[in-house]
Amino acid sequence: MSDKAPRLSDPGLPEHVHRKADSDPAAAKKAERQVAILFTLSALGTILFIYSYIWVHTDRFIFIPIMGDQNASQLGMGIGLTFSLLFIGMGAIHWAKTLMPDNEVVAERHEFRSEEADRQDFVATVKEQGAASGLGRRSLIKRSLGLSLGLIGLSPLLLLRDLGPLPKKSLEQTSWKTGTRLVIDPSGRPIKPSDLEVGAVAQVLPELAPGQERTLENVGKDAVLLIRLRPEEFELSPERLSWTYQGIIAFSKICTHMGCAVALYEQQTKHLLCPCHQSTFDVPRAAKVIFGPAARPLPQLAITVDSEGYLVAQKPFTEAVGPSFWERSS
Amino acid sequence: MKRLSRYRRHRFAGPVLLVFALFMIGTTFSVASANTRLAASVMSRTAAIDEGRQIFLKGCSSCHGLNAEGGKIAPSLIGVGAAAVDFQVGTGRMPMADMSVQAARKKPAYNPDQVAALAAYVASLAPGPAIPDQQVLYYERDGSTAQGGELFRTNCAMCHNFAGQGGALSRGKYAPTLMKATPTQIYEAMITGPQSMPKFGDKIITPSEKLDIIKWIKAAQNEPSLGGASMGRVGPVTEGLLGWILGLGLLVGIAVWLATKAR
Amino acid sequence: MSSGEKVAGSVANYVDERTGAAKWLKKNLTKVFPDHWSFMLGEIALYSFIILLLTGTFLTFWFDPSQREVIYHGSYLPLNGIHMSAAYDSTLHISFDVRGGLLMRQIHHWAALLFMSSIVAHMLRVFFTGAFRKPREFNWIIGIGLLTLGIVEGFLGYSLPDDLLSGTGIRIAEAIIQAIPIVGSYLSFFAFGGPFPGTSFIPRIFTVHVLLLPGIFLALITVHLMLVWYQKHTQYPGPGRTEKNVIGYPLMPVYMAKAGGFFFVVFGITAFLGAVASINPIWLYGPYTPGQISAGSQPDWYMGWLDGLVRMAPPIETHAFHHTISWNILIPGVIVPGIFFTFLALYPFIESWMSNDKREHHLLDRPRNAPNRTALGAFGITFMLVTLANGGNDLIATHFSLSINQITWMSRIGILVLPPLAFFVTKRLCLSLQRADRELVLHGKETGRLVLLPHGEFVEVHEPLTDAEAWTLTQHEQLPALELPEVDAHGVRRPGGLRNRFRTKVSRSNAEAIAKPKPDDLKEIEHH
Repeated sequence: MSDKAPRLSDPGLPEHVHRKADSDPAAAKKAERQVAILFTLSALGTILFIYSYIWVHTDRFIFIPIMGDQNASQLGMGIGLTFSLLFIGMGAIHWAKTLMPDNEVVAERHEFRSEEADRQDFVATVKEQGAASGLGRRSLIKRSLGLSLGLIGLSPLLLLRDLGPLPKKSLEQTSWKTGTRLVIDPSGRPIKPSDLEVGAVAQVLPELAPGQERTLENVGKDAVLLIRLRPEEFELSPERLSWTYQGIIAFSKICTHMGCAVALYEQQTKHLLCPCHQSTFDVPRAAKVIFGPAARPLPQLAITVDSEGYLVAQKPFTEAVGPSFWERSS
Repeated sequence: MKRLSRYRRHRFAGPVLLVFALFMIGTTFSVASANTRLAASVMSRTAAIDEGRQIFLKGCSSCHGLNAEGGKIAPSLIGVGAAAVDFQVGTGRMPMADMSVQAARKKPAYNPDQVAALAAYVASLAPGPAIPDQQVLYYERDGSTAQGGELFRTNCAMCHNFAGQGGALSRGKYAPTLMKATPTQIYEAMITGPQSMPKFGDKIITPSEKLDIIKWIKAAQNEPSLGGASMGRVGPVTEGLLGWILGLGLLVGIAVWLATKAR
Repeated sequence: MSSGEKVAGSVANYVDERTGAAKWLKKNLTKVFPDHWSFMLGEIALYSFIILLLTGTFLTFWFDPSQREVIYHGSYLPLNGIHMSAAYDSTLHISFDVRGGLLMRQIHHWAALLFMSSIVAHMLRVFFTGAFRKPREFNWIIGIGLLTLGIVEGFLGYSLPDDLLSGTGIRIAEAIIQAIPIVGSYLSFFAFGGPFPGTSFIPRIFTVHVLLLPGIFLALITVHLMLVWYQKHTQYPGPGRTEKNVIGYPLMPVYMAKAGGFFFVVFGITAFLGAVASINPIWLYGPYTPGQISAGSQPDWYMGWLDGLVRMAPPIETHAFHHTISWNILIPGVIVPGIFFTFLALYPFIESWMSNDKREHHLLDRPRNAPNRTALGAFGITFMLVTLANGGNDLIATHFSLSINQITWMSRIGILVLPPLAFFVTKRLCLSLQRADRELVLHGKETGRLVLLPHGEFVEVHEPLTDAEAWTLTQHEQLPALELPEVDAHGVRRPGGLRNRFRTKVSRSNAEAIAKPKPDDLKEIEHH
């Protein structure tokens, strides 16, 4: 398929226009000097870099307008490196543009398709050599080779098996158990209900047993946000209401969408906002999703107080915390 | 004098005189107001409460009610304490300029004495958080920047950003930048929970932890731009913009120069 | 013969006797490269890659890819005594206790951003000028491969320092892996060596970042360049330029000096950015822990569009038979990007299917002369811009006093409305530009000079175009649309009726054009 319509005539490559430097020795000399200046600037840049590296103390700061207080050593090295690199390049380009031959050259293209004879020869060779191997005739070899090639990919795949353990039930479990105290992150102090005023929040984690250490894997599932409202502000089912204590409600801080820490609590609207993708949860209505891509409310942790009056978990989370996964049942 | 009077009819004479006159008025006024400040410091407590009540009735009661009991558009101020008043009025957030979603920091409408009087009045209504004493705020001596950073990242960074530059909340609300906040204001904000901000009582973040946070914020305010212009400290968005505009822009500019035929 | 020439001569002789390189070099040293600024975009990407290799190697001398917990006691005091991973600690060490370390880190990161933006700019140039057409389809696909791998490589590099921002990014990546139906949680446990975040991930992605992916890059870039070399560069249309020739400057010395010089320019500009503009200030972010987060957590721009898509996704999950499918993650995180990149990779074949054009093309198109393609490009760019803007919706909200919720809703509507609108407008615009070209060729340039005719009428003097200008505006081909009749010559219904009808329709839209002037039209004008 091609366009057969008649076209205007191609006037051909325009005549070469000579540069000043081609005919005027003074212009050529000037261009040479310009190139030399650029290369010299590059050399000066390297000297600035060396000077800044060795003699400018890393604690020195200088004030540069717009940029603010700048580390003198870092800035000196950076600007030195910039000069040394940029001006070598600019010099070389300027040299090429002004002093190297600028006659445009025409080269011919050739079609990539091979000659017909070559193509036929090729096909014949493949057929002939293929037949010589006997692959077509010896079906037993063909099939067993197919089998071995088909299976060989399994070994490297299997080798990757020990990259990690199987998830089993671990995505559904956290460290929260019946009676685990809530302690403040990062100080680790237990909390009494009276510590939280209405409108207050606390970032909490489960209390560690003696000798136990907290890993980031734990934090990634255990982090909880404690919020105190006026009890009459709740719009909860009786069961969920029994999970709160004197207006204090606890939610998993790990977003049900992609696992970011949902900790932006807006005290007046009582909304929780995730800063990653702006999922918004309504706290009085059991963290119901009211905006954004999250599809599930934040899991609620049932809380009460222990005999000493500290806040504790009534029971573990009743559902998996964090983002969804295939095996998640609800 | 003769030399001066020569310029009497100069076309700039009017404006120059006007500026001079304004300058004189301003100077006189500031001297006078310095006097009142002196007077205020000796004013008795009840007098301050009375003055505060007068200011309240004039400037605040239309929204907050004649007895600060709150109204349809404004919350009750009974029990919010002096700290809340000092924060809201001292940062210019109150009185609000318009009914937007959030009161913004602006030039305070009242001078420090008037703020103190208002605070005294509101504090007299019911007990509430007091303005932190200067004695409390020895954050330079008592605080730890690194601990403060840890506490800040756990309790504050989710709204105010990792460097205290502020961030967006839902429906047009925002957590303001902390770059202008004073230690007293930071302390007051934590104990009173202004607007969208939750409260951080002394059992959740202890007074000494609060000083850590204040010390860290003060360090963040003075953080030098290590590694070059900081571009707002808001993360990769401005970096990407600069990469495209300045980085690729410069390179394309040089490429155009490279490909142009020399004359 | 000078002594220098003698030495060079004997070295060349030694090498040639063993390789026969002289014959190949003789031919290739005079190889012709056409000159145009837009042909340098790919070079920016190539040179950024070399800069990344150099600076990256420097960084590995100190970087400790380990999630072992350490306590910081370096010279950045605001983090003194804080628990962190060895990866974060060593990145702080590079930044503050190795002279020039911060500069190298910043050059590395800026070069990565430039690598990605120049790849995208290069790809857009290739797309809009039709340089992907036969025989260059392979190179187009390799290019798409490099773009995709570049996104992955960049993300891994951004994740290595284990700061609060990059850790949040890894958390999101983990959620995407976990959302894959059936095998998701297994893949996640394999990738992280157990539950998130574990202590295996950073050492693993370090190897991928510094060994596996750079190796693949090197191989793909080599093939990419060899194909450019072998197939010779495309050129813009103009007088004397045909499908059968290539006009430009010889490799030695002009192109060598220009390209070599340009490498230093690219390195210089990245060094400049590294010197004056802070990038990824990890010491401000703090070390990663899953319980902390910063407002305005964003990825680098080449991931920003994905984040923007995720932010506007509808909150849909399917719960059935005790299993969950997270459409709110799969649609924006896997399905839409998958469709986008597949379409991109297949586009050369789609276009040749539409036009039924199976010939080689070495002359580039002016974008207006391929309205359908240009409009598709505008569609893609608009799509990306909407997603990118939504990826920064929180910053837009705070800086322009808007509401995130409104911006998100505007993006949700915009992503459906704006790209088709851009397609439509661009196509019309291209056709208008074609019309303007036609006018220009037929009636010449407006000079602004008015002439009063004897009978009192004013007319503007039009200056005819030069032959070269007229040729440049009319040299392109205008292929007719494909007609696939439903019945063949014998009146028998052809198979695949619906498919043929669709193809005819698409082809017609693809071939839409304003007829360019023919020689006869010009002659007619002259007679007037």
